[in-house]
Amino acid sequence: MSRELTYAEAVREAIDLAMARDERVFLVGEDVGVYGGAFGVTDGLYQKYGPERVRDTPISEAVIAGVATGAALTGMRPIAEIQFMDFITLSMEQLVLQAAKLRFMLGGKVQVPFVLRTPAGAGTGAAAQHSESLENWFVHVPGLKVVMPSTPADAKGLLLASIEDPNPVIFVEHKLLYRTKGAVPEGYYTIPLSQTEVKRPGRDLTIVATSLMVVRALEAAERLAKEGVEVEVVDPRTLKPLDAEPIIRSVCKTGRVLIVHEACKTGGFGGELAAVIAESEAFDYLDAPIRRLAGLDIPVPYNRELERRMVPQVEDIVDAARRLVKEAR
Amino acid sequence: MNQSFADLSPERLRALLHQMMLIRAFEEAAEQLYLQGLIHGTMHLSVGQEASAVGACAALRPDDYILSTHRGHGHCIAKGARVDLMMAEFFGKETGYCRGRGGSMHMADVETGNLGANGIVAGGVPMAAGVGLSIQMQRQDRVVLVFFGDGATNEGAFHESLNLAAIWNLPVIYFCENNQYAMSMAITRASKVEKLSDRACAYGIPGVTVDGNDLLAVYCATKEAVERARSGGGPTLIEAQTYRWKGHSKSDKQRYRTKEEVKAWQERDPIARLAQKMLEAALLTENDLQQLQADVDAEIAAAIEFAKASPEPDPATIFEGVYA
Repeated sequence: MSRELTYAEAVREAIDLAMARDERVFLVGEDVGVYGGAFGVTDGLYQKYGPERVRDTPISEAVIAGVATGAALTGMRPIAEIQFMDFITLSMEQLVLQAAKLRFMLGGKVQVPFVLRTPAGAGTGAAAQHSESLENWFVHVPGLKVVMPSTPADAKGLLLASIEDPNPVIFVEHKLLYRTKGAVPEGYYTIPLSQTEVKRPGRDLTIVATSLMVVRALEAAERLAKEGVEVEVVDPRTLKPLDAEPIIRSVCKTGRVLIVHEACKTGGFGGELAAVIAESEAFDYLDAPIRRLAGLDIPVPYNRELERRMVPQVEDIVDAARRLVKEAR
Repeated sequence: MNQSFADLSPERLRALLHQMMLIRAFEEAAEQLYLQGLIHGTMHLSVGQEASAVGACAALRPDDYILSTHRGHGHCIAKGARVDLMMAEFFGKETGYCRGRGGSMHMADVETGNLGANGIVAGGVPMAAGVGLSIQMQRQDRVVLVFFGDGATNEGAFHESLNLAAIWNLPVIYFCENNQYAMSMAITRASKVEKLSDRACAYGIPGVTVDGNDLLAVYCATKEAVERARSGGGPTLIEAQTYRWKGHSKSDKQRYRTKEEVKAWQERDPIARLAQKMLEAALLTENDLQQLQADVDAEIAAAIEFAKASPEPDPATIFEGVYA
């Protein structure tokens, strides 16, 4: 049985189910309690589980990451929230130098099982310090996993899998996805990490997109279908460790690939995806160069139109796809 | 029982003296092995600071946790680690505590509650709040003691962690080994407070400064803090004033301090002080002392032999431990 839930409701349901099932799971972060989280995601959990398991912290992002790391190291299963992904810059030392490496540095003798949830992305008019998409920083760090769901059903299943995972997981939610709706199965289920999914099959062009860009790519594919262009939309869902095989298989089939993400193009995840494709057998099947459509290399602007232009929109994806299907190598 | 030895029995005192001597011998041997080219990388020696490591850990139970620092060999031994497995780690061998993946700066022994040394100044301090919360939420009666140096007290993470442990009443002992220098930066140049423990008042928690070269003083102060933490009284900040005799690491030319200053502190040798006190109280004879030294030397020699004879990690296992 499934019913329509918003992405935010799906995330909340996953947290609720995990907390009901496992006493070691607790929430920690800024305003996650009575306030219900800055985006309302944890609404009601404080009333249900109380202040010990839904823990408001002072504005202290370094120690939020430290609490997650130290508690995970000694038998708990924390879910930490960093209120905006921008603020994760203040947690970097504990995440990158401690949580990610502890198991390796200690010869495999410990585990650090926590999930750090954080809302990312532009489109809310919050300007340059509340709109970042920094996922690829974490993709670069061995020991961390990076998950970026695009649908409510994926958000629930992937969050439950992340909570079960014995490693530190950076779970990136997009603010503009919170109100999007989709069918979500009832009850407890997990979607395995590192499992890329084809969201829409097609023969003419592969679009590999992440997070909100999956939704926009699907909308673009719908429009392109009316022009007779059949787009295959592929969603990695877990960026690290990446399940590359379905991406490679898709590109072998279509011979053309457009990579779409919101984060700034330079140093973004698209570069990694392009390299993975270019290094694979798909290279021989390419009928055109690998193309990337990504955020402009600028801080996120405040002005509505400038902000819109900074991030790929549906029409940008449609245009890029139209050009790409006409390109030859 | 002589009151100046707190509640420590003569046997316990001899064991603690032995631990301090073992730390000294371990580090002196490590330095020699480095000079001979048998150990690579770098190391941070705590020679001269043994009383703070041993005194603090003596106040803990075996199931209590510690988090340690880059200058952590003493903490590791004091919490109960085996010197042969430590030496093997130093040699980068598969038999070492971290299977040769961590080395000096990440020495850990989870079995004895040592959650690891740390290459980052104040790196263990935020984690300590997490360990404390974990203890509290699991209704355990353990405590966690986090070691850090004077340098760590000027990291932002120090502030966040102490504040959180204070408001949540966590069973954490913040143990500052003030060895007077953060690499070359003297604490007198790095902080305006007279005693680093004065900073405790900013968090509404008790703070105490002790002579870090006096094992008994360290033990008593830590014991009080541990009892407070264990009984739900929350965290304490302890400052142990001590001194590192050696340079910061192997690259240190020691331009920032005088030979006279080093010599003055060497005259306050924590090991000689305890030995002298025990000799005077007739809890130890000169013969006992010689025997202790002989035991320690033999342990270190055996540890080196073990390390040398141990296998290197198999390169085929290079990815092990990145993910669970």
